[in-house]
Amino acid sequence: MRPDHPEHDHAHPHDHNHAHGPHPTREDDDVVLSYGEARFLALKGLLIGKGIITADEVRRQHEINERGTPHQGARMVAKAWVDPAFKARMLKDAKAAAIELGIEVTEAELMAIENTPTCHNIIVCTLCSCYPRSLLGEPPAWYVSKAYRSRAVREPRKVLREFGLSFPDAVEVRVHDSNADLRYVVLPMRPPGTEAASEAELADLISRDCLVGTALPGRNTVS
Amino acid sequence: MSPEPSSPYALGARVRIVDLKKAGHVRTPIYVREKIGTIDYFCGAFENPEERAYGRVGSGRIPLYRVRVMQRDLWPDYGGADNDSLLLEIYHHWLRPT
Repeated sequence: MRPDHPEHDHAHPHDHNHAHGPHPTREDDDVVLSYGEARFLALKGLLIGKGIITADEVRRQHEINERGTPHQGARMVAKAWVDPAFKARMLKDAKAAAIELGIEVTEAELMAIENTPTCHNIIVCTLCSCYPRSLLGEPPAWYVSKAYRSRAVREPRKVLREFGLSFPDAVEVRVHDSNADLRYVVLPMRPPGTEAASEAELADLISRDCLVGTALPGRNTVS
Repeated sequence: MSPEPSSPYALGARVRIVDLKKAGHVRTPIYVREKIGTIDYFCGAFENPEERAYGRVGSGRIPLYRVRVMQRDLWPDYGGADNDSLLLEIYHHWLRPT
């Protein structure tokens, strides 16, 4: 160890025998697999090796899993805002309504939860990371964090305030734990002053977080 | 523990979410066990994930409900409004009438 570089004074987990000159700025292979990742790779290798599935099928499924984007959910909500009959169908059966819009739904069941002047809804999955991926894509890191999963059910108003949302006590804050077979999407209220907006313009007001219940449409949202 | 009732619950029925102390892929979070709520919605019948997760499929479908629990009943020191609530999905065999 060079005494003028005390930060190098650590045990090297790798045993490459480099001269102790300038240290590489970044290790190429510095990520240790988690137990789940190692298990996934082993299982995938076995299934492909035995000819039960192909690597292309795995790749294809990844593509399908990643096809969902928040825009799917946003255009569904925008349609509900301009078409009361569609909204009624969406509240009755959100999966059928999504399929009606040409969205490829991979979830067994989807349920739309409507915000009202007296009730604001927020979605969480306390047990894992259940999320309406067909409508919103992959969940954000905060949604799967232990902090959000535990705090959203315990102190939802405090969590919402941290997202910039505050409601008077007269408005019920209703938490939906997505713990079993259904997947949920929030149907937010249409913002006032958008009467002249087109369906596409309305969809642009609806961000991913609006559909989870941690934001309101048109309030500095990024679609 | 009282025997499990066979008929589905009516909407609005008051129920107790029990603690079956069952290991494995259970979908009833610990924080709602032994809490009182009301039946808000009947989701339909689904295969039991406690069996399905281990490859035991085709064991029949069981009723699933959305149960609404008031936050004040979940957390005695809840810091929000009196009317705040939480809904989650509970399978029939985790519920008892109250």
